[in-house]
Amino acid sequence: MDIQLTINDISLKVPEGMSILDAAKTVNIDIPTLCYLKLNEMHYNNNIASCRVCVVEVEGRRNLASSCSTPVASGMIVKTDSLRAIQARRAMVELLLSDHPKSCLTCAKNQDCDLQSLASELGVRHISYEGEESTFEIDKSSFSIVRDPNKCIRCRRCETMCNEVQTVGVYSAVGRGFNTVVKTAFDLPLHETSCTFCGQCIAVCPTGALTELDQVDKVWKALNDPNQFVVVQTAPAVRVALGEEFGLEPGTIVTGKMVGALRRLGFDRVFDTDFAADLTIMEEATELVHRIQHGGRLPLLTSCCPAWVKFFEHQFPDLLDIPSTCKSPHEMLGVLIKSYYAKSLGIDPKTITVVSVMPCVAKKYEAARPELAQGAETADVDIVITTRELARMIREASIHFDHLKDKEFDHPLGESTGAAIIFGATGGVLEAALRTAYEVLTGETLEKVEFEALRGMDGIKEAVIPIAGRDYRIAVIHGLGNARTVLEKIRAGEINYDVIEIMACPGGCIGGGGQPYHHGNMDILAARAAAIYREDRAKPLRKSHENLAIISLYKDYLGEPYGKKAHQLLHTSYTPRKKI
Amino acid sequence: MCDTASPNKFVQKLDDYIDSLTYKKENLIGVLHYAQEIYGYLPDNVQWHIAQKLDIPSATVYGVVTFYSFFTMIPRGEHVVNVCTGTACFVRGAEKLKGELENQLKIKAGETTTDNLFTLETLRCVGACGLAPVMIVDGKVHGRMNEAQHINEVLAKYRPEI
Ligand code: SF4
Ligand code: SF4
Ligand code: SF4
Ligand code: FES
Ligand code: FES
Repeated sequence: MDIQLTINDISLKVPEGMSILDAAKTVNIDIPTLCYLKLNEMHYNNNIASCRVCVVEVEGRRNLASSCSTPVASGMIVKTDSLRAIQARRAMVELLLSDHPKSCLTCAKNQDCDLQSLASELGVRHISYEGEESTFEIDKSSFSIVRDPNKCIRCRRCETMCNEVQTVGVYSAVGRGFNTVVKTAFDLPLHETSCTFCGQCIAVCPTGALTELDQVDKVWKALNDPNQFVVVQTAPAVRVALGEEFGLEPGTIVTGKMVGALRRLGFDRVFDTDFAADLTIMEEATELVHRIQHGGRLPLLTSCCPAWVKFFEHQFPDLLDIPSTCKSPHEMLGVLIKSYYAKSLGIDPKTITVVSVMPCVAKKYEAARPELAQGAETADVDIVITTRELARMIREASIHFDHLKDKEFDHPLGESTGAAIIFGATGGVLEAALRTAYEVLTGETLEKVEFEALRGMDGIKEAVIPIAGRDYRIAVIHGLGNARTVLEKIRAGEINYDVIEIMACPGGCIGGGGQPYHHGNMDILAARAAAIYREDRAKPLRKSHENLAIISLYKDYLGEPYGKKAHQLLHTSYTPRKKI
Repeated sequence: MCDTASPNKFVQKLDDYIDSLTYKKENLIGVLHYAQEIYGYLPDNVQWHIAQKLDIPSATVYGVVTFYSFFTMIPRGEHVVNVCTGTACFVRGAEKLKGELENQLKIKAGETTTDNLFTLETLRCVGACGLAPVMIVDGKVHGRMNEAQHINEVLAKYRPEI
């Protein structure tokens, strides 16, 4: 049933149950919000109505109403822009600022902070309340995330993300009333919890309370060390998002400019993680065929997402034999740079620094995992920075991003196909795997390379694909909560598949925790995904096994896919972990 | 920290209780009450154990324990001394009484003496306003506690004879 009401003298009709905030939106009236955040695409709804920044005047009511949580009523007369409402909002922000550190100028979130922009939009010019600033210890224990509880405004967006979307449950509001703080269990440092480091809490935190562990200085040091040969690689999802940091439309593909910027920053070689994505397909597809032929355990679960890997180590330690043993693509490329490529150049791998530019904060943690960082002579990957950190470096170097000329990746580890680029969006890994598996298993050419059923934002997608007389049951999952649902059913023996792709971040890596902030606008994620598929279509080669550099890598160095040398370099193992 | 998840004689009792429940997650508060009755308090490892048994995140358990004032994470002494800080008691010297107890027990409110004999806490009106200021030891109300000497005598009753 539709309800009639008036907002700022505009009469409108909206469905029953809608909030005043959403009703106002239908007639293009914006009301500022802070704690409230709803992301339909990932079934995320943080609606605790605690900040009261969204208050409006409702005729006949004594108190101002929080528009995010108050449903419309018939005949309601609402004023969103009355002096009283504006002053109340400003007072709420002033209150939040009264005990907030005044370190905006040096904060990692400077110019990307919702609290800061609210203060500016609401015209806060002085703070009328004296509050004592809190002195919580800053948690820098992990390799991925920095938690500064002093900047926390208790909106609990992180808690909702971690508990409800990811079902990891790292955070909880602790204590009561004014003394509530958002904390980990027993106040443990993040590193000692079951945190997967997916970084989705960072992606929704409105302030600088949650940020990535900044490694930019380390990269500058390496670049300025004359004894280091510094090699950089970039993940598929970075090139479709980096432009946003320089004011370009979401979905703009900036591959050429990105490579140009990396050269200007002084990297000795610019390689493409996409090369290793093609390699992953070769290894993973062979692993799947091997399991099927030798009666191995199914389903095979993809393993390119380190947050997902850590999630199953904590939550499903009894199922550690089902994930693929493939390292994630950037780790594969790292180890190849330090072995295959170092040998071809005749340089000592110890003098090589590998830097990965990733949409991801979990990859920072991954690069520090002992079996990937100490097993070989040196770490596979030395430093991981996010898309945001790369943008920061480009700004620090005063490079005019939009004036850069397009440049190409270096050979041979910069060669890639369209199958590799789609790794950046949910469903891409399996689509790429199918393109190769079909041709390898049937010996025929696959004419229609696009598998639409695997694309899009549905949390769990399923398909049955017949290849060479066998039906392959596959599933594509993104978001860890969805992964939990499916894995619990598999554990209980209720369903089964042959292969499942799992990505921790909603949307896949395009929505990664290290990407430019989306500030709640999910159209940005859709635009990035569309760009990924555009880039795929533009590639002359779209199947991993057609990548010529991959063919020669196997011929000259690795031998057989999934063979002895490949195992040694490209595969890894997992560790059961406790659930906290 | 959780490695110490106490393999002590009480765990079985707690597990049996949890196993007997039809709805487990839904009964978190009841389980915590039961555990606090057995252990006297709710240390990290007990909370962690409950989280595992109920299959919920430890942070959720920790959040609930810190939300309700009747749960405590600090070990309690053999005797719990409470000072009423309700209005009547406040007016008639509850602050002084609390100070005197802190003085005699050599601890602050919320703490436990090193010999584990007394825990000092405060609570709101216990309905004995006529006797204000009052202190409550193990549930027994002692009224008109204005004199240091008197306070000392009451505490002495709870000390073991030497
Ligand atoms: S990084 Fe992911 S798993 Fe860790 S606390 Fe944040 S949302 Fe939860
Ligand atoms: S850490 Fe950030 S997202 Fe979490 S409650 Fe605090 S301000 Fe909100
Ligand atoms: S989905 Fe991608 S960005 Fe997100 S944690 Fe996994 S690998 Fe990182
Ligand atoms: S946005 Fe409505 S109360 Fe915070
Ligand atoms: S105020 Fe202390 S008993 Fe009522």
